[in-house]
Amino acid sequence: MTETRDEIGEQAGAGVCKKFMFVNRKAPYGTIYALEGLEVVLISAAFDQDVSLAFLDDGVYQLVKGQQTKALEVKNFSPTYRALEGYDVEKLYVERESLEARGIREDQLLVPVQVVGAEEMAQLMDEQDVIIGF
Amino acid sequence: MKFGLLINEGPYNHQAADTAYQFARAALAKGHQIQRVFFYNDGVNNASKLTEPPQDDRHIVNRWSKLAQDSGVDLVVCVAAGLRRGLVEDNLAPGFRISGLGQLVESGVEADRLVVFGD
Repeated sequence: MTETRDEIGEQAGAGVCKKFMFVNRKAPYGTIYALEGLEVVLISAAFDQDVSLAFLDDGVYQLVKGQQTKALEVKNFSPTYRALEGYDVEKLYVERESLEARGIREDQLLVPVQVVGAEEMAQLMDEQDVIIGF
Repeated sequence: MKFGLLINEGPYNHQAADTAYQFARAALAKGHQIQRVFFYNDGVNNASKLTEPPQDDRHIVNRWSKLAQDSGVDLVVCVAAGLRRGLVEDNLAPGFRISGLGQLVESGVEADRLVVFGD
């Protein structure tokens, strides 16, 4: 049951565009949240919603370059974050405090992001219509 | 108010399914609408008719089915998340239906509030 982007777009019907933010708080592997969360991001973009992503806590590890998953025998899905631009998903916010607490620098991330402080992140969340956390 | 619900955790393993159910009942009792309940991640297991808890425990799956029967609430299971976990049409409890993630996005668009029950 594979739906193409066009078919999904037609189902959307009403043409309402809301601000959706997906809040990623968990490491990319170990649980399925990051992977299945990304699926929802792609569908939301196909529905022509105003999509943004927030990365907090261990969620910042989802964007770290050079992920090696062979030994885990799970798929390295991190290239999908690079494909988001093609879906017009370009608002990726990473919380500064979460990066600092884990010793990760912005240049170690695999896509361009906006690094924001916790307070600014709270403001961004306040502006959303729909917030879905994984 | 019109609520959409998203449930991301399996029954019995996590409180989320219980809290979501109680939220739905309470909202309906107060005269609100439940536009849809969408089951994702391990939440799809809320829809398995194979579920048989011990007799002295609550029956989470039957409880959802009864909610659908009593109030006509739309219970939707994600097809991809379901397939991954062996949850298909054949073992779906009454009142549930299988559909795509577009139904979740639609819920976010149509409902006044989308409430997420997860870990």
